[in-house]
Amino acid sequence: MTTAALKEKRRQGRWNALLLAPSGLWYLMLLILPLIVILVYSVGERAPTGGYQAGFTFDNYLNIGARWTAFKNTLLLAPTGTLICLLAGYPLAYFLAVKANPRTRLFLLILVVVPFWTSFLIRTYAWMFILGGRGLPHLLELIGIEGVRFINTPFAVLVGIVYAYLPLMVFPIFVSLEKLDKRLLEASDDLGASPFATFRQITLPLSAPGMITGCMLVFILLMGEYLIPQMLGGGKVFFIGNALVDLFLQSLNWPFGSACAMALVFIMMVTVGLYLKATRATGGRDVSLM
Amino acid sequence: MAPGQSQSSSETGGFDVEFRSVVKHFADVRAVDDVSFALKRGSFHSFLGPSGCGKTTSLRLIAGFEQPDSGSVEIAGQSVVGVPAYRRPVNMVFQHYALFPHMDVAANVGYGLRQRRPRADAAEIDKRVAEALELVRLPHLGKRRTWELSGGQQQRVALARALINRPTVLLLDEPLAALDRKLRREMQIELQNLQREVGITFVLVTHDQEEALSMSDTIGIMKDGRIVQFGTPEELYDAPVNRYVADFVGESNFFSGSVASCDEVSAAITTPSGLTLQAPFSRLGGKLQPGSKAAIAVRPEVIGLWQPGAVPAGLDISRPARLLNRIYLGDHSEFQVEADGLGAVLVRLPKHSTEGQGINGGALEPGDQVIMGWKRDRALALSEA
Repeated sequence: MTTAALKEKRRQGRWNALLLAPSGLWYLMLLILPLIVILVYSVGERAPTGGYQAGFTFDNYLNIGARWTAFKNTLLLAPTGTLICLLAGYPLAYFLAVKANPRTRLFLLILVVVPFWTSFLIRTYAWMFILGGRGLPHLLELIGIEGVRFINTPFAVLVGIVYAYLPLMVFPIFVSLEKLDKRLLEASDDLGASPFATFRQITLPLSAPGMITGCMLVFILLMGEYLIPQMLGGGKVFFIGNALVDLFLQSLNWPFGSACAMALVFIMMVTVGLYLKATRATGGRDVSLM
Repeated sequence: MAPGQSQSSSETGGFDVEFRSVVKHFADVRAVDDVSFALKRGSFHSFLGPSGCGKTTSLRLIAGFEQPDSGSVEIAGQSVVGVPAYRRPVNMVFQHYALFPHMDVAANVGYGLRQRRPRADAAEIDKRVAEALELVRLPHLGKRRTWELSGGQQQRVALARALINRPTVLLLDEPLAALDRKLRREMQIELQNLQREVGITFVLVTHDQEEALSMSDTIGIMKDGRIVQFGTPEELYDAPVNRYVADFVGESNFFSGSVASCDEVSAAITTPSGLTLQAPFSRLGGKLQPGSKAAIAVRPEVIGLWQPGAVPAGLDISRPARLLNRIYLGDHSEFQVEADGLGAVLVRLPKHSTEGQGINGGALEPGDQVIMGWKRDRALALSEA
């Protein structure tokens, strides 16, 4: 390599470093360092007056079973919510990408995101009313069905989850369906596959990257969900996020909270690992990573 | 054009594809406008025309991706109007192959077999896939991903995939358009051989006249949703029905004008520059009316160039001309000449002079003054449309 080329390469390297510096700093200060703090706290001890006190013990991790309900709820409702989003979101994405008139498609897509124009908090409050005693149960009483309770049940939390996260599922699937080459569908049709057989053998596998991405987006965000279980689960159906708030702010047991947080991080890493493996398995060159 | 007009040159035998007054609209465009034809069983047929002429729509009507607004489409003597593509005994090679990216080569090729009910057993499918890959000369590539293959190989996979169900008719939508010139020539020959080997009726759609001429038994030249002429390559080349066909098939010099007079077999046309050119009617083109617009078509290989003073007897049209340009093409050369009263004319001369074309192609340079001429019975008087 000539010296001029070497110089040019060094110059480009400097530019790259300069451009990456802000985001690198951001991740270092707000992700890596805090994570290290949490890791250190998680093997420490609770100070007598609350907070953290230096120490080295794995008791916090061994004690995670005490918060088993939070983990159980999260690990049950996050995948269930993701699955319902997938089942409800796929037909919608399919309609938007394949069946909808191209001229009205943009308008319909905007409708999907219209709920985001209002604060998430307000929308969840609205669900509190709808599912609460003076909402749907009251209406059901009027037609003679009594004793139905929605609020503070897993069902209410699932309703809130699906309502809030559906668009996050719809968009990646929409994108993968929209870029699907329609000639492949004609080729399948031509080779003797019925419309359903074509869907099963061509459309579904080729939209798998979109489905996997959508599921990951929804699932990862759900694992850390706090607001929906707080408001619609009413302290009865709570997630790890709620347990963490409780441990850090109420019990002031920072080391135990840190251990729970680390456990959550660990579960996430396993999930993302599985995701990467799954996208490789579906094979396409054009797998959409998040 | 009446169905079966090209039968004159064919023996008896059924038709595999038959259109009767087929019309297909897209919005207010008549993509296929009252088209009728019949394609003989086991023949190689092409639809030739510029984009938007209705050739691809005709192909899609055969495949079943489109249904006619009126008229009937028959495959092997059975009406297929209303029958969806997946129930038709035809298969297609798509323009960009449309191979399934999530399947390997063998899975692509076997796709058609796997759709059959009752299901064929796996060993049988494997055997047929291997045979199909053998047929297109791609054995041992079954496990490859389709995007790892070259364009020519993808083309063959698409062929194998379309042939594995042994369709009554194989449709080819500009199958060679994406290949480079040399590969295209190879595939042309291979396609022809393959067609003879499997004996299936092939229907090709192309805008490449050379491709259509070199491979087809019959060709339908299309324009604005209609078939302008349907016939063998020889018929189209030697007896085009009008200027459009003559322009599309091979190359011609056209000298337009209005018909000054005509007799039973020929017409005289007066050009804007005042020259009168005479030529016989095309055998299949019909007669011209005096006063109508018409053109004299002269193929570049029909015209000869001579040194001034060396013009042979019996030349019907001869004009002084100046050589503008020469394109060397190996065994022959093409010359652009500027002829008095006729404008730019294309002349094709063999490297070593042959009879009737005067100077051999090797002995001319741009700037030379020559006499250009042709015998009038080698030219054609054609209607403009």
